[in-house]
Amino acid sequence: MALPVAPASDRPFVVQLEEFSGPLDLLLHLIREQELDITDIPIARIADQFLAAIGVLKLNDAAEYLEMAAYLLRIKILMLLPRPLDDDQWEDPRAELVRRLLEYEQVREVVDWMLERAGERSERFPRGLVPEAPELSPPAVMASVEELLKAAERLVELLPGRVLHRVVPRPLDTEGAMQRIRQVLSEREEVELGELMGERPAVTEIISLLIALLELARLGGVGLAQAGPFGPILIRRASADQAA
Amino acid sequence: MRALTKLLEAALFASPRPLGLKELMALDPGASEEDVRQALSELQGTYDAGGHGVEVVELAEGFQILTRRECAEAIAQAQLVSRPRRLSVAAMETLAIIAYRQPVGRAEIEEIRGVAVDGVLRLLQERGLIDVVGRSEGLGRPLLYGTTPAFLELLGLKDLSELPRLEELSVALKPLAEEAAPS
Repeated sequence: MALPVAPASDRPFVVQLEEFSGPLDLLLHLIREQELDITDIPIARIADQFLAAIGVLKLNDAAEYLEMAAYLLRIKILMLLPRPLDDDQWEDPRAELVRRLLEYEQVREVVDWMLERAGERSERFPRGLVPEAPELSPPAVMASVEELLKAAERLVELLPGRVLHRVVPRPLDTEGAMQRIRQVLSEREEVELGELMGERPAVTEIISLLIALLELARLGGVGLAQAGPFGPILIRRASADQAA
Repeated sequence: MRALTKLLEAALFASPRPLGLKELMALDPGASEEDVRQALSELQGTYDAGGHGVEVVELAEGFQILTRRECAEAIAQAQLVSRPRRLSVAAMETLAIIAYRQPVGRAEIEEIRGVAVDGVLRLLQERGLIDVVGRSEGLGRPLLYGTTPAFLELLGLKDLSELPRLEELSVALKPLAEEAAPS
């Protein structure tokens, strides 16, 4: 018995969007629910129900459902047009829809069969679920430490110019600075560090001088004195007992 | 148990997928296809007669050792193995159309299902159930899809001929492959 046709708002749809795989599925659902003859669909009624359903189900944003709705309305209009008297010429505007629905129904029947088969199949487990395609990962390298080292050496050989560290000749001249200090001290008792440095000493000159001073102090050749922090550094000739 | 049967059992146990007759014949260079078949049925007989929890099943153009159906519930309950996730109806519809119409292009599938199928095709391809089998000569040379052995495994089919014949279906539409008349 066909269900009474009621506006969708009165007839709550408990179905969810996921339940329909597309507009044909929804259409088939409406037809089956009311036990209608698929080859003789009351198109006006079905079109209204379809429109109501997509409104309730909030399917209006799915283009396919809107397309189907438009298609149904077009058929509805064609059905309302007066038929020519000779029926031979008249082609049922529903013919294409019927063909598609039957075709789709056939697919659904196969799907039901497939779901059943897949269900049965999933009741039988293979030996563990081994992830597919183990051949995709490269096989583990089997090599001894010695072989690995040799391979590494071969690679190192290939490197252009095995420069480990660039040695730059040091432009420091500690020897010269020491001689200069000794010479100055042989003429004078004491001298300020600032005096020893020229007008604009290069960094290397300052460093040479400082190292020379420290070296001389270590050897006991000079005495160093500073009156206070940041004060001028005095270099004195070491007395004989100091040097001892 | 014969030596070949023993080898077969070992190979089927070790393999993660069904093994075909040709593959099994490689186990023993002297073995004929008939020998392998006999060994297989000996193994099947052993499992069946001995009340084993596993059986040799012919599927996907090969053979595989699977647990018996009556053991499934207990194994799943104990959470030792989980059942594979089921495919959606939308995915199954697409698979059905491809299975019957292969090689088939996207447009034809969409025409039958009435929805866009890009996403579903990608999913099925990722799961290895379908694959691109060629290109159509038509406009734009669209890709053509076909089912894979994994599809047969999914349904536990020996081969595609085990799919229901269309004339056996209750829906009286002669061959599904009938071309859609341009409207």
